Amino acid sequence: MTASILHPAPSRRDFLKAGGATGAALVVSFALPLGTPRVLAATAQGAFAPNAFLRITPDNRVTVVCGSSEMGQGVLTAIPMLVAEELDADWKLVRVEQAPSDTAFNNPVFGMQATGGSTTIRAFYTPMRQAGAAAREMLVAAAAQQWGVPAASLKTSASHVIGPKGKRLSYGQLVEAAAKEPVPKDPTLKKNADFKIIGQRTRRLDTPGKLNGSTLFGIDAQVPGMLVAVMARAPVHGAKPLKFDEAAARAVKGVQAVIAIPGGVAVLAGGYYAARQGRDALKVQWDLGAHADLSSAKIKQALNAAADAAGAVAKTSGDTDAALSAAATRLSATYEVPYLAHATMEPLNCLAWVKDGGVEIWAGTQSQGPAAGIIANVAGVPVANVKVNTMMLGGGFGRRFAPDFMIDATLLSKISGKPVKLIYTREDDMAAGFYRPASLVKFEGGLDAKGQPTALKARVASPSIMAGSGFMKIPDNGVDSFAVEGLADQPYGIANQHVAYGRAEPGPQVWFWRSVGHSQNAFFIESFIDEMAAAAKADPYQFRAKLLKDQPRELGVLKAAAQKAGWGKPLPKGRYRGIAVAESFGSFVAQVAEVSVAKDGTPRVHRVVAAVDCGLTVNPLTIERQVESAIVYGLSAALYGQISYKDGVVEQGNFHNYPVLRISEMPKVEVHILPSQEAPGGMGEPGTPPIAPAVCNAIFAATGVRVRSLPIDTRALTKA
Amino acid sequence: MIQMTVNGQASSLNADPAMPLLWALREDLQLTGTKFGCGIALCGACTVHVDGQAVRSCATPLADAAGKKVITIEAVGKGRVGKAVQAAWAKVDVPQCGYCQSGQIMSAVALLSVKKNPSDADIDAAMSGNLCRCGTYNQIRAAIQDAARNLSKGA
Repeated sequence: MTASILHPAPSRRDFLKAGGATGAALVVSFALPLGTPRVLAATAQGAFAPNAFLRITPDNRVTVVCGSSEMGQGVLTAIPMLVAEELDADWKLVRVEQAPSDTAFNNPVFGMQATGGSTTIRAFYTPMRQAGAAAREMLVAAAAQQWGVPAASLKTSASHVIGPKGKRLSYGQLVEAAAKEPVPKDPTLKKNADFKIIGQRTRRLDTPGKLNGSTLFGIDAQVPGMLVAVMARAPVHGAKPLKFDEAAARAVKGVQAVIAIPGGVAVLAGGYYAARQGRDALKVQWDLGAHADLSSAKIKQALNAAADAAGAVAKTSGDTDAALSAAATRLSATYEVPYLAHATMEPLNCLAWVKDGGVEIWAGTQSQGPAAGIIANVAGVPVANVKVNTMMLGGGFGRRFAPDFMIDATLLSKISGKPVKLIYTREDDMAAGFYRPASLVKFEGGLDAKGQPTALKARVASPSIMAGSGFMKIPDNGVDSFAVEGLADQPYGIANQHVAYGRAEPGPQVWFWRSVGHSQNAFFIESFIDEMAAAAKADPYQFRAKLLKDQPRELGVLKAAAQKAGWGKPLPKGRYRGIAVAESFGSFVAQVAEVSVAKDGTPRVHRVVAAVDCGLTVNPLTIERQVESAIVYGLSAALYGQISYKDGVVEQGNFHNYPVLRISEMPKVEVHILPSQEAPGGMGEPGTPPIAPAVCNAIFAATGVRVRSLPIDTRALTKA
Repeated sequence: MIQMTVNGQASSLNADPAMPLLWALREDLQLTGTKFGCGIALCGACTVHVDGQAVRSCATPLADAAGKKVITIEAVGKGRVGKAVQAAWAKVDVPQCGYCQSGQIMSAVALLSVKKNPSDADIDAAMSGNLCRCGTYNQIRAAIQDAARNLSKGA
């Protein structure tokens, strides 16, 4: 198959434009744009294409068109699996291609074409199956007519219709006749027990091109006459260029233009090296703006004040203050986490070409739908004239949901009149903002004389993703739900609870980061619950299990993780266990981490056992890998991740001062998927939340030191 | 003009000798499988072979490759070790986003070319310069071990 991302042929785009309006209307009701087969059949050159999501060609190949972005999470395999299952396709004959930007591919959860929030499987589980089932019914109807038998008497298997007396027709042989059949409005879906592809460990369709360099990522896009741009970006958030030495940049061989835009000053050249040299030659004088003296100390001060003043009530039950007063044991603790960069392996980049009243974009983007509208505004063209080619994403983790790099590339193309590929240096990528919010929480807890928790109070402070997103706003109750997710809905049975949010805006642009609010809130609550367990002199696993008796799915994964990890059984000398559980994005994950702490305070994570209940599984292989991936992502953050500020400037710039986990530090990871008939949950993110608390709880077991801020300060763990 | 052999073909480049080899490969020779990640030899995404050694092409001046043999991800599969490594990578289904994998494979091939049966410590030493934000490290280790087994069988 062709795993490379190639932009689609114009004829297909034209069809989709025609079918788009229908798609948009139907998508709202979670249905499919099934009413347009004639148009596609006419334009797809001999192919049978009953909807925008698949086509079958006379050579019996099935091509599934995936509108979601592939950033490693496996959608280019899972989406075809859903279609192929109901189509009864021979998996060996299935290939996948990336869809163009078009409303036909809107994610029903978002109402726009975008990939994030671990929604792809949840959003498309039924629609993609319907797409496959509709095509299958049309193929069967065509065969029935050909053989003169009732459709109900026919079966399908491995891309063939099977008739009486061993008659067989391949789907490829039926494409012409099937295209003339009416599109069923409500095709029958298989029973779960009949699945042959859904639920099978399946190798990825996009692997081959990722092994020989042929897969095209955003950074690999090119068009004739293209210039490469490197920007001198504002050193301080909100700074604006006042003056710069254009002559010095222009003196660099190969530099063709120097252009100031709101985000900084760009140097455009025939290639990256000249552009980078030109950028380094610019001596920019900046108006440092409002955040010139931003520092990590000021950020902490702002968060502290906002937590103290937290007044937006996210949850309240019982009388928490009274229960705290009456408690036999009271605890209080302040937890905090810093801003985090996503640090995708592929630095942000975008190729934009503003021409002939339109814009063409080539980018690894998670938000091609909304981005098209933004780009149209930037370029001053109708949105219908914006075409976004979704390239393979070299990591996303939420960062590529933001449009900033596409806006800048569009501006540079518009001003220069040339196609421009903007490439962020790693340092620019790191300092560009769009960070996981820094957050701080002040907990108070109360236990009765038997060690049973009776009260939990949390005052949470953080900048608001909602307010900063540009497409959401904080609801009337004043609570940014991302800031409190996992806390306000924490699962433990505690009679009196009060969770309040205080918004602090120290300045940096905040954004979605793998598992969003859960990334810090699971660390907060799962550490504080561990503190309560310690105060009750209870085993951390038993303590949790008791409080989760009414939460079967949390309890299920907690028990499974504890059991598979051998909770309570002896470990090699110097190793200790910690446990944590969290629900996020409709999936439940518990993890047990085995950790040792060296004399110098360096923690080492040896093994992580994860138990997962994500409902029905589509591709268990991907689920296992996503959990492992999410653990590594969260572990990097727990051990090292920190964006800090001094004099308004981000102190990190590259992997030497923003370290991430290396192979030599990689723990063994076991992922156990619990059988479930619940609706599928998301899987790109839910593996991240439990890892930091599981590790920190193990560190507490090892050292008696409670880690209350991330990244882990190894100096505090040094043994005397 | 800088002369070198790239993937078995003689190449003459009229370029700044100080320019990193990475950009000559990606932009002048259109070999985009080699990736830009950090620009200062910290992440390994740009790893290629120069005279059989794994080097970080983002921090290797073009001049240093003059007169030498450069192999990139596009051609590494023509060699016996490269072929075995790619096959193992496919079998284990290593990549997620895939962006770092060209560099991972180049480092793994360099390792297996000199160590037929690498220990875990050998793998750590050879592969610690290659970052993967998707966290495919355990699969990388498994694939290297699988390739080593198959290479020793076939030898």
